[in-house]
Amino acid sequence: MTTSVTPPVAEERAAPGRARARRSDRARQEARLGWWLAGPAFVVMLAVTLYPILQAMYDSLFRYRLTAPEERQFIGLSNYGVVLVDPIFWRDLWVTVLITIITVVIELVLGFALAMVMHRAIRGLRGALRTAILVPYGIITVVSAFAWFYAFDITSGYVNHWFDWVPGISENLNWFASQGTSLFVIIASEVWKTTPFISLLLLAGLAQVPGDMEEAAKVDGATPWQVLWRVILPNMKAAIMVAVLFRALDAFRIFDNVFIMTNGANGTEVLSLLAYRTSIGRLEIGLGSAVSVLLFLCVILICFAAIKLFKVDLTSARGE
Amino acid sequence: MGRLTGRQKLGWAVIAVLVFVYALFPVLSIFMTSLKSTSDIRSGTFLPPKVSWENYQQILTAEGGARDLFLPALRNSIGISLIATAIAVVLATLAAYGIARLDFRGKKLILTTALGVSIFPVISIVTPLFNLWRNIGLYDTWPGLIIPYLSLTLPISIWTLAAFFRQIPWELEQAAQVDGATPWQAFRKAIVPLAAPGVFTTALIAFFIAWNDFVYGISLTSTSAARPVPAALAFFTGASYFELPVGAISAASIIVTIPVVVLVVLFQRQIVSGLTQGAVKG
Repeated sequence: MTTSVTPPVAEERAAPGRARARRSDRARQEARLGWWLAGPAFVVMLAVTLYPILQAMYDSLFRYRLTAPEERQFIGLSNYGVVLVDPIFWRDLWVTVLITIITVVIELVLGFALAMVMHRAIRGLRGALRTAILVPYGIITVVSAFAWFYAFDITSGYVNHWFDWVPGISENLNWFASQGTSLFVIIASEVWKTTPFISLLLLAGLAQVPGDMEEAAKVDGATPWQVLWRVILPNMKAAIMVAVLFRALDAFRIFDNVFIMTNGANGTEVLSLLAYRTSIGRLEIGLGSAVSVLLFLCVILICFAAIKLFKVDLTSARGE
Repeated sequence: MGRLTGRQKLGWAVIAVLVFVYALFPVLSIFMTSLKSTSDIRSGTFLPPKVSWENYQQILTAEGGARDLFLPALRNSIGISLIATAIAVVLATLAAYGIARLDFRGKKLILTTALGVSIFPVISIVTPLFNLWRNIGLYDTWPGLIIPYLSLTLPISIWTLAAFFRQIPWELEQAAQVDGATPWQAFRKAIVPLAAPGVFTTALIAFFIAWNDFVYGISLTSTSAARPVPAALAFFTGASYFELPVGAISAASIIVTIPVVVLVVLFQRQIVSGLTQGAVKG
């Protein structure tokens, strides 16, 4: 999108030298104004993220417990050594990756189905469907976590009573007593809460699919399935990639659901929770910072992998 | 679109019911739990055996034991989220106006930074802040949450507003000036009415995000001085230490969900366009 400051075309033809000087003056003025306007936001963003992450990197090089501040001591990369050989770190990383992959896959399919429904919906229904789908988006994650937790919980829940005809589910099944069943509920609540976002992104992608191509394919006798795979999905590639990447990064930071439902018990701890437990729970600032920095590096890694592997141009897909 | 056949109508009805159940069932579920009396919490049924408002009394009325846990948290959440939203929207409006209207080097840098900040793991920021805030006295205060909340609200506001502002036909401003308006009048009469809906939508989305925060809330507060609702819910003890606070938490959850549902119902169209335009070119 170009800006609409009109270039002095006529003058330029008449006196190129003077016009160029004036234009560069103008450009400089514009640049200065631009930075005056955008600068504060830029500075605030750096202050609230760049500064803390640099501080975390610095803190991660120390043996530093808040309970014994006078013992603070520079130990180089030892904290990273401690973290990287600890089986708990690897278990938590694995759980995080597992949750990320499963939620993103389910959300992609479910989100696409919901997007299709919204896209095709008859006029009177469209608004109501969108409103309903937006409700989970607006709800506090903690509230959604409690809703799912109470439904499945052995004392307050009704799920066991409803589904006791399903093999494996009985009245005294404690969903939060083992890893698999806990992760099932955690993932279900995460999927419920965040699918709306992915489905809205996919809906925007669907709107970009050229309708005449779809028509042409149908006229040529393509089955709906073929239209989906050959016409619709290829044309939505950018939207799908962006949706997947954003959800993956978001899911990788999962915290609220796990904290509420199991607080990391029974092998459900995720990386964010490990960082929280280490630094804010146990006041091991040095070690906790190392976990935080590693989590940050993982997020960067996912980003780079996505950009390289799938050639997602985030800025172009986001409207620049 | 032609007239629908009976079968199509039936199909859409089934789909609509499925979508509504999917989207609203968990909300209904916690609402039903909130209506159960303490003795019915263990009933194992979806519907409360008999409707009881005791949980709402517990968190809202003076006789209720959990009022001092809930109401301060509600006040904190509303105040902190509103202030963080206001600051973010003002800063983002200026930035997005500059980005959409002016040509200068560094636009891309600002947008990329916003993108980077929005994918930042909150927990990586919270550890150093926890330590710093304790040292400089911002721990467990409103500013101590408002500042980090900007890392949540500002990036999305910049992206959403930049997308909105790019679609404004800025030539209108010049046209108004040609018609004899002063630059300020031209801006106010031609641009502000076009920009206002975008700014409002952005504020709504930013507010939802701040309202949803949990990690900052539990990490950077310790008392009801600044603890927001999501964090307070996690540490709810209820009226008695010997009772499960299930009912009180459910009732509090419903109360903080009502404004969200109202806003979603009123502004569905704007929220959808805001979310998607900020994210994918519309």
